[in-house]
Amino acid sequence: MDLFQIFSLALAGQTIRISVPYILTAMGATASELGGVVNIGLEGLILIGAFCSVLGNFYTGSPWAGILCAVAGGMLFAWLHAVVSIKFRANQIISGLAINILAVGATKFFLKYFFHSSSNSGRISGIARLDVPVIGGIPVIGDIVSNPLILLTGLLVFAVWYSVYRTPFGLRLRAVGENPEAADTLGVNVRRMRYLGVLISGALAALGGVWLAYDQHQFTDGMSGGRGYIALAAMIFGKWNPVLAALAALFFGFAEAVQIQLQTVGVKLPVQFIQMIPYLLTIVVLAGTFSKAAPPSADGVPYEKD
Amino acid sequence: MDKTAYEIELIGVTKKFGSLYANKGASLRVRKGEIHALVGENGAGKSTLMKVLYGMYRPDAGEIRIRGEAVSIPSPKAAIDLKIGMVHQHFMLVKTLTVAENVILGEEPVGNGGALDYAKAAAGTRQLIDKFNLILDPDALVADLSVGEEQRLEILKLLYRKADILILDEPTAVLTPQEIKYFFDIIRKLSSEGKTVILITHKLKEVLSISSSVTIMRQGVTVASLPTAGTSESGLAQLMVGRPVVFQVERALRTAGELEKSPAVLEVKDLTAMSGKGHTALNGLSLEIKKGEIFGLAGVEGNGQSELIEVLTGLRRPVSGSVKVLGEAIDPAGNSARKMFSLGLAHVPEDRHKKGLVLDYSVAENMVLGRHREPAFSTPARMNFEGIAAFAARMIGDYGIYPPRPQLRAGALSGGNQQKIVVARELSRLPRLLVVAQPTRGVDVGAIEFIHKKIIETRDAGCAVLLISAELPEILSLSDRIGVIYRGRIADVFGAKEATEEKLGLLMMGGKAG
Amino acid sequence: MNKNTKAFLINLGVTLAAVLASLVVGAFFILLVHANPALVYRRLFEGVILNPYGLAQTLFKATPLIMTGLALALGFKASIFNIGAEGQMVIGGFVCAWLGFTFTGLPAALLVPLCLAGAFAGGMLWASVPAVLKIKTGAHEVITTIMMNFIALALTNYLITAYFHLPETVHTQLIAGSAALPRLDHYVPAFRGSPANVTLFMAAALCFAFWWLIWKTPYGYETRAIGLNPSAAETGGIHINRNLLLTFLISGGLSGFAAVNFIMGYKHYYEEGFTQGVGFMGIAVALVGQNNPFGIIFAALLFGALSHGTLVINALVPKDIIQILQALVILFVISSNLLAKKYMARLTED
Repeated sequence: MDLFQIFSLALAGQTIRISVPYILTAMGATASELGGVVNIGLEGLILIGAFCSVLGNFYTGSPWAGILCAVAGGMLFAWLHAVVSIKFRANQIISGLAINILAVGATKFFLKYFFHSSSNSGRISGIARLDVPVIGGIPVIGDIVSNPLILLTGLLVFAVWYSVYRTPFGLRLRAVGENPEAADTLGVNVRRMRYLGVLISGALAALGGVWLAYDQHQFTDGMSGGRGYIALAAMIFGKWNPVLAALAALFFGFAEAVQIQLQTVGVKLPVQFIQMIPYLLTIVVLAGTFSKAAPPSADGVPYEKD
Repeated sequence: MDKTAYEIELIGVTKKFGSLYANKGASLRVRKGEIHALVGENGAGKSTLMKVLYGMYRPDAGEIRIRGEAVSIPSPKAAIDLKIGMVHQHFMLVKTLTVAENVILGEEPVGNGGALDYAKAAAGTRQLIDKFNLILDPDALVADLSVGEEQRLEILKLLYRKADILILDEPTAVLTPQEIKYFFDIIRKLSSEGKTVILITHKLKEVLSISSSVTIMRQGVTVASLPTAGTSESGLAQLMVGRPVVFQVERALRTAGELEKSPAVLEVKDLTAMSGKGHTALNGLSLEIKKGEIFGLAGVEGNGQSELIEVLTGLRRPVSGSVKVLGEAIDPAGNSARKMFSLGLAHVPEDRHKKGLVLDYSVAENMVLGRHREPAFSTPARMNFEGIAAFAARMIGDYGIYPPRPQLRAGALSGGNQQKIVVARELSRLPRLLVVAQPTRGVDVGAIEFIHKKIIETRDAGCAVLLISAELPEILSLSDRIGVIYRGRIADVFGAKEATEEKLGLLMMGGKAG
Repeated sequence: MNKNTKAFLINLGVTLAAVLASLVVGAFFILLVHANPALVYRRLFEGVILNPYGLAQTLFKATPLIMTGLALALGFKASIFNIGAEGQMVIGGFVCAWLGFTFTGLPAALLVPLCLAGAFAGGMLWASVPAVLKIKTGAHEVITTIMMNFIALALTNYLITAYFHLPETVHTQLIAGSAALPRLDHYVPAFRGSPANVTLFMAAALCFAFWWLIWKTPYGYETRAIGLNPSAAETGGIHINRNLLLTFLISGGLSGFAAVNFIMGYKHYYEEGFTQGVGFMGIAVALVGQNNPFGIIFAALLFGALSHGTLVINALVPKDIIQILQALVILFVISSNLLAKKYMARLTED
């Protein structure tokens, strides 16, 4: 067997494994910001998603019920952010940070209540592999195609792209993020579109959390680990285009996977410098060194009618 | 009995903002197919009344009847359903979308699988463009359109929604005389197709030339409604203001001989500068302004006026060319607004809300904005707020600023009084060069007269004045000489007596003076 | 009663109502886990204010919050949103400690000012990147500072693990004894056991300096003008970029300075995670304190008390209820701003 080939296959698997939550959350971030609401609370929404999925899965024994719980929980907290940002027209960045604090506090609080631990939940079962004939048996590739969550992620990338760029919903969402007043005068319900954008981001980030929890078969304290911010970075790197954001997320995942692979073959590169890559790249992109990325014009600006 | 004779009836509409009445029992009746002008001063309540009709504001009292039926219009959506459309003064376009996408937004044609049928949208858009001769490309990005095209797109949006009632809010403010003619042709065509048009304007000449009837508003109330035939400009003006209005400011024109002898205060040679977006805005512009003259600069907005102002006030670095003030050459590298002010510049900016005032600052704080480093107003460690308050009180008295309270938030004052703050602050510098742009935009008639008088007084005191205005009548009535700016150059310069609106208009469009 | 007093009372009333609302919602969380909210809140109140040790702890926790609160508030005055306070504090703390354990030979009269300046300078250094990028390229500081936070964590993590950690620990060696700041229990015996130290007085002095700077000097006048309307400020001849750079750097310096409380006043070494989110909490402190130095003291005491409160109520209810309360306070306060604005608008009309 060719050593090099094993290495690259493992790398591909690793990349996907790391990227899935980035991809989901980055697309969520894009959906929210295209509609005009900045969502820094994604970090917390991932955490909520992870916790709710574990709770649902643990008490029902069904991974799919866990996913439903995660999506519901993610959307509930996203809704909170939406109410504060849209209804009360508060500063969206501060609201997002508060959502993050709330998520950390609430998950730990209920972790102690439900699982009597301050660090981790009880074990849960992951999601069953799909039985895919022929290709299901190939190493790595088989793992990918028979993993329902990976397939779901792929499907969602397509769905988000389609709805943003090919449907009336997407046209309206982009319009309210760019010029809400113009959309309003044409009878588009600005508030509703913005609520939807934020709720979608909640659902997607929560799915990112599901992935983390099911991967580790438990919830651990603070398991989102800054992924919400990496997703924001991917959104910017992808210039507020959900598909490009997903690709940027994949790239960030790839960089991490390379670093892990290098460690296993004994190349000692300081982990910390690999960790910095997404952050440095985001700064570079924002500074316009490659090409200027511009957010939607009304991104982060509450819409006041009178 | 003939209830249906009116297409639109607004009866006793009252709309309050806080304790302020924008409309107080205003009424308006418009017949089907007519072009109805709605005139009034800034703040008379025209736009508010129309926003009530378009469902953007909910009236506190009053009745709306459309085609004889009492209706309530809680949202623009409801207005659209009643076939009412509105073109706002500030265009409501989504710049990142195409013409067709802007047209269909909110009423998108849907094809298979819930997808947007873009082909159908573009085709429908094209059909309307051809029918009304609007000359637009459905696939063009709105960010790339000219102002005239944007306006036609706004009308296209209404036609797509099958609007029978079109409300146009100050549609000609951004157009040249020639563009206005083309625009009026479109309006007449719409009217002949049976569309009812309400035209909000403060330009009385336009009222006379296009409308069939006119309603006049003053202080939130409709004061008269008449057929246009039989009215006159002065008659309408008197109804608008409530007293007779003087159109011509009294002044002694500078003769060519006088100007010849007068020393140059500002000399600009071959000035080239880029715009903020990075294209050439000033392209070898030269001009000279003498001591004691008002030089009026006419031109369609976006031909380099803003950049010229920015260069002259130290806010933009030119690419090449020279600027001399009182014979001293300005070094672009070391230049700044503060430096220019120190040379005797005063600057009344084109947009007082954006550039002239900090609305959340008090009147007194605004009165020293840009002058706060003067020794009378501060030392490096401490602002002299007592001195500032005293200065502000004096200015408030001199300029009749109302209400006369230095500590009031500037944003709480009317447009005219806000503009007086800016003018007072700048003219009290006792400038030798005054750059004044759109000095009376959004200002009531009383304040217009006052500000015009002050500008002339400043000229008479020996100041050189560069007046930039989109209002040709303003340029014509104040200037000693008039230049036309077109694509970053001075196309031609006239003495005040030779200039006419037609000549200037032609040059503004890039034509040659006949 | 004049308008300013009325406006102040409205703000105060709305803020207190928001805090109260947070306590009410927090009570529901407490009930969910079958604990007694009244008991929890009583214990909390007694533990953070009524006993001298608790009070000292509250003061200790409030000290760095005042500084990051001021840092954020100063930025807000110029419309700069410095979310990077956390990272600036990390770097400031590292520089401060490094100076403290490197130049051990210096006498206190030199080493103390050196370490203080180092903390400030470290924060400024870290703020200079987003500041320069904002001015030169327009890169929005919210995102760049967030990214700088992570870079600061990764960088210090590298420096500590690779070079500076004491074996078996995640902290550095101790700074020189001459760089340590005196504790308050030195003077007030009742505070015994609490690391509250003289940094508190520095924070108070900074509050006064902030007030003077913003409301009394031409710099403050210009900064506020830029925050409210940058175009008008520029047209008026104010050097916007110069002011923004200076303001951003001072904001970063204040954030870095917040590290002094821990490094020079408490543990006397740099430790990973020593900030405990004080940089982020500074946002909440500035917000609740309405960017006013005296409001900031009040808000810092509130959040400081909550922060110490985790230990007080731990036996009754999961201590994370405190974090929930902090988040709720922020959410309620920012949501109630609209309400306060509406009241205020009514006030200016009359």
